[in-house]
Amino acid sequence: MMSTNGQWKPIALVSDISSDTGTLRVVVGDEAVCLYNLDGKICATQDKCPHGNASLADGYLENGTIECPLHQGVFDIETGKPLCPPVTIPIKVYDIKVEDESILICVVPDES
Amino acid sequence: MNRRTFVIIGAGQAGGWAAKSLRDNGFDGRIVLIGNETEAPYERPPLSKGILTGATTSADLTLFSPGQLVELGVEFFPNCVVDAVFPDIRVIQTDQGQRIPYDKLLISTGGRALVPSFPGSDSRDVFSLRHLNDAKCIKQRLGSSPGHVVVVGAGWIGLEIAATARSLGHEVTLVEMTGRVCARSVMPEVSDQLAELHRSQGVKLLLNAEVTGIRCVGSGGSCVTLASGDTLMARTIVLGAGLIANDELARDAGLVCDRGVLVNDRCQTSDPDIFGAGDVAVIRFADLSLQCRLESWQNAQDQGIAAAQAMLDQPVSYQPTPLVWSDQYDCRIQIAGHAQLASKTVVRNTQDPISKIFFGLNSQNQIVAVVAFNGGRDFRAARKLVEKSAQVDPSVLANVSQSLSDVTREPAHATAGKSTLD
Repeated sequence: MMSTNGQWKPIALVSDISSDTGTLRVVVGDEAVCLYNLDGKICATQDKCPHGNASLADGYLENGTIECPLHQGVFDIETGKPLCPPVTIPIKVYDIKVEDESILICVVPDES
Repeated sequence: MNRRTFVIIGAGQAGGWAAKSLRDNGFDGRIVLIGNETEAPYERPPLSKGILTGATTSADLTLFSPGQLVELGVEFFPNCVVDAVFPDIRVIQTDQGQRIPYDKLLISTGGRALVPSFPGSDSRDVFSLRHLNDAKCIKQRLGSSPGHVVVVGAGWIGLEIAATARSLGHEVTLVEMTGRVCARSVMPEVSDQLAELHRSQGVKLLLNAEVTGIRCVGSGGSCVTLASGDTLMARTIVLGAGLIANDELARDAGLVCDRGVLVNDRCQTSDPDIFGAGDVAVIRFADLSLQCRLESWQNAQDQGIAAAQAMLDQPVSYQPTPLVWSDQYDCRIQIAGHAQLASKTVVRNTQDPISKIFFGLNSQNQIVAVVAFNGGRDFRAARKLVEKSAQVDPSVLANVSQSLSDVTREPAHATAGKSTLD
């Protein structure tokens, strides 16, 4: 998962992640990314639920999982693994690091 | 020992999920999945939305592809109609004369669009919507023929088609026989909100209006006649008049049916080896003295999974809180519960002007249904209140400064004999 030729790009501050929901939707290039604050650990996945047109940032965070607000599909945030119907395929998980409260995402240059 | 054979008649969402769930739950016997459409199991919600606008492709609908079915070891028979079920010898017969013995059988044959009996209801400019092919025909018509679209019936399908046709720039008239939209599935206040939403988008909504005939005019367009004597000229007419359960096989097999095949909380029909799931199934809710079909995406999935578990003799008690969602214009509408049990409605206006939540309460002030317009995260909390039939003080529920997760808590000064506000 860790890419060797990616570039680290700052996308948000830890404090930008809502303390109410534990999530934040940010657009990086043309991809929507959902950031999570799991009791201090910052994670990132794709924001759009692969099953339908819904933003996981509007979903419900519980015990390291995110529940899609539209059809209650649940994913493991750290692995992207689908945990219950209707979702059957994993979501993309991004490499993230935090430096001085700033969240950086690993962007792999488009090869084309 | 012979391998057991489980046969699933109907390869829609319920049948597809049942087939997958049988394998997921360890069934190693033969699974035969029979569908009368060309496609492998797919999801229907985009048929009235993204498929018509082109935002969704037919590939996006796929639930389980033919390749996935092969991987699951499911024998899939597309374009195949089952003629008869013989419960006494546990055999089904296809229209090609093939007879397949079964150990357990699932009927997930869904439903079809109701075509009203007025003259011209099946004429040239009239479309109905159930299958992918129906949606493709409507898309083609809407794309190639600008002009007035008349939608007959203001249920969910009718409203979604109206919204989609408006978004494509068509003039739209929605004709509804009863006095309000979605009368069977939401509280009156919600019908008003939906009507207002469509009127604000330029839909002409005719309530208490009945179509009595459609007559083709010249080379294009039809004249729609209403019971009032008024006429409408339409380029395209789409029927959204409701669903008829495909329960003929079940009836002919002697299973108990009531506008669908009747199932218990184990998804079992009156024959213990035959199960039912999805749009065709009538669920008996013993605690609510209610029986009804749940014509929804959610039920097709969940009841298909539950039926598979019951076929494997696992413990199952399927008495779900109904869940429905709809996208219309910029509005996402989400519903939980049985609105027909509500005797009053409490409206919760949030700070966000485009967001509103309607709660349906019974006479004991228990929450029996919720309808959220762009409810976002609040819908989840509201759904939980429906699931536990929470008893609330209506004035507290309407107060947005009170968090939804706290509305069931008694205020500190509450006294035993508190009165309720109606």
